[in-house]
Amino acid sequence: MTPIVEVRDLHKRFGELEVLKGIDFTVAEGEVVSIIGASGSGKTTLLRCLNLLEEFHQGDVLIGGEAIGYHLRRGQRVRIGEREVARQRAMTGMVFQAFNLFPHMSALDNVTLGLTKVRGMPRPQAIELADHWLDRVGMLERRDHRPSQLSGGQQQRVAIARAIAMSPKVMLFDEATSALDPERVGEVLETIRSLAQEGMTMVLVTHEMRFARDVSDKVVFMEDGRIAEQGPPQRLFLNPDSPRLQAFLKTSSF
Amino acid sequence: MNYHFNFAPILDQWPVLLSGLGLGLLLALVSIAIGSVLGLVVAFASRAPSPWLRSLAFTWISILRNLPILVIVLFLFFGMPQLGLSLDKITSFIVALSLYASAYMAEVFRGGLLSVPKGLTEAGQAIGLTSFRIKRYIVLPIMFRNALPAFGNNFISLFKDTSLAATIAVPELTFYARKINSETFRVIEVWLVASLLYIVCCYAITLVLRAMEKRLVLEKN
Repeated sequence: MTPIVEVRDLHKRFGELEVLKGIDFTVAEGEVVSIIGASGSGKTTLLRCLNLLEEFHQGDVLIGGEAIGYHLRRGQRVRIGEREVARQRAMTGMVFQAFNLFPHMSALDNVTLGLTKVRGMPRPQAIELADHWLDRVGMLERRDHRPSQLSGGQQQRVAIARAIAMSPKVMLFDEATSALDPERVGEVLETIRSLAQEGMTMVLVTHEMRFARDVSDKVVFMEDGRIAEQGPPQRLFLNPDSPRLQAFLKTSSF
Repeated sequence: MNYHFNFAPILDQWPVLLSGLGLGLLLALVSIAIGSVLGLVVAFASRAPSPWLRSLAFTWISILRNLPILVIVLFLFFGMPQLGLSLDKITSFIVALSLYASAYMAEVFRGGLLSVPKGLTEAGQAIGLTSFRIKRYIVLPIMFRNALPAFGNNFISLFKDTSLAATIAVPELTFYARKINSETFRVIEVWLVASLLYIVCCYAITLVLRAMEKRLVLEKN
């Protein structure tokens, strides 16, 4: 079966600095993959390459079997046009560390914007679908509130609804709980966990080790722009092969 | 001091004074509208990828911001006919004020654009919006809200600058005040009335803008 995400020999540079040095990994349908590693190991950059928020310089990213971002023209690697990029980005859903809700819109309109303007859905149908997802993340009662009237945890749950309502092939979470007050982390993790249990394909960059261990089918440990180790969470957390991962796990809190 | 105030000769002329005030407001409105459109273009140019566009935008802003408005007004009204381009005095003044406003509005919008966090553009990209739609539905609405207080200040300042139109005989409030002054010699009274009209009008504009801000400006969280 075609994997939902396939990354082959991915390289990415910021100027002289190579931050991704040849990444290979796949995510199967329904799989939950957590990417862990120290700050600066390249995990967020990797995630951002999966929806073209970052350009990459070598290798391929395939979403649902489709190579994204670039195509070959007479042997040269050429970035595809803006409309194509936008279409390909909509194949993935992204949840950001800082929520990034549109501050001038209600929770509901945050969710319907993509449905009406990208998916071309008539507004009544978009509202129906948005209500469904807002209900699913426990935010239906506050659908008319502005982001500034919501707590961080509530904003993040709306952001999850906004991304997932677009029916992406895979959801990407970029440290989705790092900006939250400690007492708000639980409600967001709970939302993510229940979506995972329903079979949503997910890639999470996270510092929540316990969550990564409990929810993931696969854990990817990154170190200095490379994947140092990957495998099922039981093995990685209980019997890490590499001394690097052993050291990393020692300094991480569970 | 033993001055006998006599407002009667001035108050006799109130329809004229009010029409002058109305024309001043109209000049300011038209100029800020044109200036805002131009300013928006200049603001986007100042952040364009092309270095040519960027330096063009900054040249535009720095020339117009470093010229006294009166010089622009006189230059256009008296200078342009020499170059074969005669405009009537009202059009000429509107062009001058719009150009002047465009530089200030460009700065307002440039600040407004900078105030839109990059994460919001990325959130728009992530749901598959094209860059045009991101501007249309996310960047511009937020920018306008953030720019509203500065926009209001500029509007009031432009409205006051319309008094300079009197120098090229545009019949606005200052023009009529000067005319009544020389006809009646009620110097203090006429300028008191004119001042009061300007103050009341500016204050009313401030109140309207403040109400708009209250509704539209986004509170930070």
